[in-house]
Amino acid sequence: MARTLSMKDAINEALDQEMTRDPNVIVMGEDIVGGTGSPGEADAWGGVLGVTKGLYAKHGDRLMDTPLSESAYIGAAIGAAACGMRPVAELMFIDFMGVCLDEIFNQAAKFKYMFGGKAETPVVIRAMVGAGFRAAAQHSQMLTPMFTHIPGLKVVCPSNAYDAKGLLIQSIRDNDPVIFCEHKNLYASETDVPDESYTIPFGEANVVREGGHCTIVTYGAMVHKSMEAAKELAKDGVECEIIDLRTLSPIDMDTVLESVETTGRLVCVDEANPRCSIAADVSASVGQEAFDALKAPIQMVTAPHTPVPFSPALEDLYIPSAERIASAVRKTVSH
Amino acid sequence: MSDERIVAVVMPKWGLAMEEGQVNEWLVEEGSEIKVGDEILEVETDKIAGTVEAADAGTLRRRLAEPGTVYPVKALLGVLADASVSDTDIDAFVADYVVPAAAEGEDEDAGPSYQFLELGDQRLRYAQRGDGDQAVVLIHGFGGDLDNWLFNLDTLAEGYTVYALDLPGHGQSSKRLDDPTLAGLAKTVNAFMEALEIDRAHLVGHSMGGGLALRLAQQHPERVRSLGLISCAGLGETIDWDYIHGFVAAENRRQLKNVMTKLFADPSLVNRKLVDDVLRYKRLDGVSETLTQLADTLFANGQQRERPAEGFDPAKVPTLVIWGEQDQILPVAQAEGLGQGASVRVVPDAGHMVQMEAASTVNSALLAHFGEH
Repeated sequence: MARTLSMKDAINEALDQEMTRDPNVIVMGEDIVGGTGSPGEADAWGGVLGVTKGLYAKHGDRLMDTPLSESAYIGAAIGAAACGMRPVAELMFIDFMGVCLDEIFNQAAKFKYMFGGKAETPVVIRAMVGAGFRAAAQHSQMLTPMFTHIPGLKVVCPSNAYDAKGLLIQSIRDNDPVIFCEHKNLYASETDVPDESYTIPFGEANVVREGGHCTIVTYGAMVHKSMEAAKELAKDGVECEIIDLRTLSPIDMDTVLESVETTGRLVCVDEANPRCSIAADVSASVGQEAFDALKAPIQMVTAPHTPVPFSPALEDLYIPSAERIASAVRKTVSH
Repeated sequence: MSDERIVAVVMPKWGLAMEEGQVNEWLVEEGSEIKVGDEILEVETDKIAGTVEAADAGTLRRRLAEPGTVYPVKALLGVLADASVSDTDIDAFVADYVVPAAAEGEDEDAGPSYQFLELGDQRLRYAQRGDGDQAVVLIHGFGGDLDNWLFNLDTLAEGYTVYALDLPGHGQSSKRLDDPTLAGLAKTVNAFMEALEIDRAHLVGHSMGGGLALRLAQQHPERVRSLGLISCAGLGETIDWDYIHGFVAAENRRQLKNVMTKLFADPSLVNRKLVDDVLRYKRLDGVSETLTQLADTLFANGQQRERPAEGFDPAKVPTLVIWGEQDQILPVAQAEGLGQGASVRVVPDAGHMVQMEAASTVNSALLAHFGEH
């Protein structure tokens, strides 16, 4: 039934439906059963922000609360995947990936390659990303580019509930390791979500707005900021085409190039820090592949090259705003 | 507001989700004489572009809506009135007009609110509108859903109780299909009618839904008051396999858009949202298998495998055949497939989705047909 669902509930539903469909799907992580304020199993909270709430009651021991040791349980999840399970490990905040990078970079991402294509590692690692939650420097980073840099990993970052459900189901059914990035500030945002299961293929960007004057390439929460900017710009007759990449590895450059060939102008918006970011990557590809189509220099709107500030006033300045996006578009258009 | 000589032309509500629409262009000049059913202006919603038709006759006294501007549902777009009504009265009407707020229970009047029927282990989605004595059942085609009747449901519901359902494997009904034949689908529609206590109805079927309606009329003639067969499958030998196969095989928006433009005489009607909605449907678990099953059983290699018209006597069940002259899926020549007994109406400048592309023509033809039977 078409109904609106929050991104948080859409992720919960994807996990629930896949656990129901396939007994090999297991969910593990810190506090995914219990969590903040939970007095016991009966009303288990289901993670820091309640994303896995209710799953324990339905699927019992296929959800496992793990010790606070990312290297141990991410390693266990990857090992289980190599042995035929389909684990979904929740890492709370992507900022904590640092302690388990060997398992991800050197093991999960390499198995297929090192074993001549005979080993598969169908593991999904879910983690919260992004700033704006007043959670300070160690819980707010947008570390997507670190993972797109590694061959052998797939990287997903949905901007809405519909995409989140379809991409998570696709991630679980995929036979490669997937880093599934959930922007914590989007958990409450609602869209129409079918109650049936469905998948969205990797490497398919979504054109969320059509326009002929300037292409904006973005993903995650920045899709919404870009839409806000486009609305303002439209009042002055500037029509932006907004591309939501949805998956960062693989990346759908065809859709980007095709759009830039029409508009001749590109603004890349990325909540990550600027150096070696998704924005930098897309800009470089367009510069190389579609230089002749460009009518103006490519603009990048990103966070500054600093940690995420704890001061709310500074944090708000850190995150790319609709105003900054709009002014970047104006700059290219007036070039 | 209460001046009965003045008729408001308002932003229509096409479907439950519609909250606003953009006026693309006016199709008639201020001061023109308007007949009932005349196309007055073109509106684009996030679903599809369509035309607003005159529900009453009169002179178009005011064009208030600006092309390119978005208006909420029921906003005043223009004013129809007789030449005898003074400009002062019209200005007063415009000044007093208030966009009515959606009242409680309004949704039922304003668009197809969906319901679900459990039939055994199957779930069928349907919309029910109007409260006329006679029933009308609308049956969509291959890969379609009840929203294919977006522009027909409300108009037909003014005089009839209208039901539109999602066939198994389609829309938001269960995706499993036990018997991928016209007879199998007809059995489900018959069970649907039984469950909702629809003893007898005017059956209107589009494309594959038309072939299904023919089967149902043969199996249960007592249930069928009349048939409306729109761009109907099963009346000829061939069907465009490039379309059927392409629709089933399409994996992304571009591929799907390429095949969907074949459905309309005017390909610009296929906007992004329309393609997106179909793509979303196609990506539901089980849909691909069901469509493949249906395509292979009914239309493999462009040959229509079932011929429900054989042995059907239109003299016994009054039948109106409607076809878009530019139909690229089922050639318009097949409109004659039932022979002498059926009335045939060929609609110019319309393609396979004639009930969407020329909604007013199809609606009035159907209403006239129902009225006679």
